[in-house]
Amino acid sequence: MATAAFETPKLKSYPVIPLVQVGAMAHIKSFPAAAPIQKTLGFPEALVEDWQSKAIAKMGELLGKYKSLQVYMDACVHCGACSDKCHYFLGTADPKNMPVARQDLMRKIYRRYFTLAGKYFPKLVGAVDLTREVLDEWYSYFNQCSECRRCSVFCPYGIDTAEITMAAREIMDSIGLGQKYTNEIIGKVHNIGNNLGMPGPALRNTLEGVEEDTKDETGLDIKFPLDVKGAEVLFITPSADFFAEPHIESLIGYAKVFHAAGISWTMSSHASEAGNFGMFIGNYENMRRVALRVREAALELGVKRIVVGECGHAWRVAYSFWNTLIGPFDYLDPRYPVPQHICEFTDDLIQRGALQFDKEANDDRIITFHDSCNVARGSRMGNMPGGQFIIPRRIITSVANHFYDMAHETIHENTFCCGGGGGLLTDDLMELRVKGALPRVEALKNVVDEHGVNFMVMICAICKSQFTKVLPYYGFNMSMVGGVHQLVSKAIRLGDK
Amino acid sequence: MSMLTIFYTVLFYAASGVLVIGLVRKIRCYAITPAPLKIPTTPAPTTAAGVRWRMAREVVLFESLFKSSKWTWIFGWAFHVTLLLVVLRHLRYFQEPVWLPVVLIQPFGTYAGFAMMAALAGLWARRWLVDRVRYISTPSDHLMLALLLAIGLSGLVMRFIAHTDILAVKAFVLGLMRFDWQPLPADPILLLHLALVALLMLIFPISKLLHAPGLFFSPTRNQADNAREVRHISAWAAALDKKA
Repeated sequence: MATAAFETPKLKSYPVIPLVQVGAMAHIKSFPAAAPIQKTLGFPEALVEDWQSKAIAKMGELLGKYKSLQVYMDACVHCGACSDKCHYFLGTADPKNMPVARQDLMRKIYRRYFTLAGKYFPKLVGAVDLTREVLDEWYSYFNQCSECRRCSVFCPYGIDTAEITMAAREIMDSIGLGQKYTNEIIGKVHNIGNNLGMPGPALRNTLEGVEEDTKDETGLDIKFPLDVKGAEVLFITPSADFFAEPHIESLIGYAKVFHAAGISWTMSSHASEAGNFGMFIGNYENMRRVALRVREAALELGVKRIVVGECGHAWRVAYSFWNTLIGPFDYLDPRYPVPQHICEFTDDLIQRGALQFDKEANDDRIITFHDSCNVARGSRMGNMPGGQFIIPRRIITSVANHFYDMAHETIHENTFCCGGGGGLLTDDLMELRVKGALPRVEALKNVVDEHGVNFMVMICAICKSQFTKVLPYYGFNMSMVGGVHQLVSKAIRLGDK
Repeated sequence: MSMLTIFYTVLFYAASGVLVIGLVRKIRCYAITPAPLKIPTTPAPTTAAGVRWRMAREVVLFESLFKSSKWTWIFGWAFHVTLLLVVLRHLRYFQEPVWLPVVLIQPFGTYAGFAMMAALAGLWARRWLVDRVRYISTPSDHLMLALLLAIGLSGLVMRFIAHTDILAVKAFVLGLMRFDWQPLPADPILLLHLALVALLMLIFPISKLLHAPGLFFSPTRNQADNAREVRHISAWAAALDKKA
């Protein structure tokens, strides 16, 4: 691996806000994107000649296109309310990982080029020129933000650092400075159809394999349909569900729910990805282009409903943005919400008594639930605010007997990011990922010590991948990580049983 | 008319002009800049009435700040409430006859002045004592607190120690409003107080004081969570649909 050795933080029994250590994470530099990747996304292939004036021009353009950016550049008063809220600050102590300081990386440029005070009294208001050093700092620290929005919960003006990180990445992409991991993945979706770059035939093969395994396990013909025209439901799930552990366990769970409910469904080889990394780089056009595959597949297959699998940022894009990006959905059945989360789908069936469970099947598990940030703070489930917290927990307690929540200041809208979201789930950022997981792992350790919790479930493909990788650094087994529909899969009654 | 009176007369017309035109321009900018995507920080209200209620709690109670940091909330909220009382108390200089509510508020406004100084001192102490806040503080953050403290202190000095001729001050202010200019007393503390207030008005539209109008335009707070029910589309995003 390319990253240098680092020390895993010690777990404390109660949260401690670290004293600032200037420059503690200044060495972090995610691998930049190579020329062909940049080209696929419509960005310059390398840093352009006049990058400085291009960047300022782009910032001006974005200030005119995004109310959030314009208001948030002006409104901050440096009150410090957000300063102890970011998991990356809590885990690294680098003051530039405080949301306000991360925003100020852009704000000091905004002030210099777009405000009277910064033009004439730069020192007074902390305005600086956009130099190569500043650009390098942008690249480092705007790729140390997972866009989890925890800061925006606590800001008295609702300033959302995610909006600023997205704008910064958009500006950097526009001058030819992209991040390898995220942009490579977006390229794979454009060229092949999913984040993994798994072509249609390979996907069909994989699903047939899962189908056989599920038959061996249950003795039943549980289908994993692909490209079935006229199915009731188009199911869009993160491609990690097709093969990664523990993701695939939830895939089997979804299939069992559809089977038990007797609702015809299909996945699509054209839209074989729920994830939409276009959001991570704040690029509307790429995000829209990725999302359009879903619209095309839904029309092509003639489905009535669209349901989305366990994926955090995908659900934010689907729930909050799809109607804008690829709506209106007037060709679908108006009796169902569009899109619908698989948890809403399953919960609805449970509430109507359409599914039966053997809860004892999950008795070996003492369970806690990790609220994924994009679901918690960027979307909703059900028809009331906060349904995104209630519904997954209601499913868990319907299919298992032992459930304990983590401390209330670390769940629901206060939840801590897994440390790997927002386009940071890459090996070249392993130090950041491990340290950023600290606040979540501390909260987890408390329920492990107190209640003997041995299983943390979640509804996000990135969270699942991140935790299976970083929990071992803290002495926990990666098998503690699972999906909500993994529990459903274990307990659901199928066939005539 | 003395040079002094002319200077302060011109100063206050200029400061008022900058404040009003600057704020109108900024508010217009916030209002017309599109918000292309639905980004309320959830859980969020699903209706417009719910959004108004959420916004009212933010504006009146500083709800998010309360969740975030109790010390900052106590000092920050106390400062804003006492500032409001002090400003309301000063309305008597702008009215003849004075409204009854403004008469009734006078004693509260006096004590609020002391509480305001204490709150500002608390906010400033945080900038030195909390290492994270010290790190993010710029010179302008400190100067803003110094400016507010100096305005408050000079006002309290005139109220309790070195009284000024408030009848003449009132005549001066009413004269400004009625374009019937009256002499301003040459009292150094009064002149300092007024000059600093004019400075505050001048920097309002170009400083972090824009948080006041900004809050109302913050998409994470002022949007309803109804993305699935209502299609939200901005003009420049709709143009992409047409192209495709």
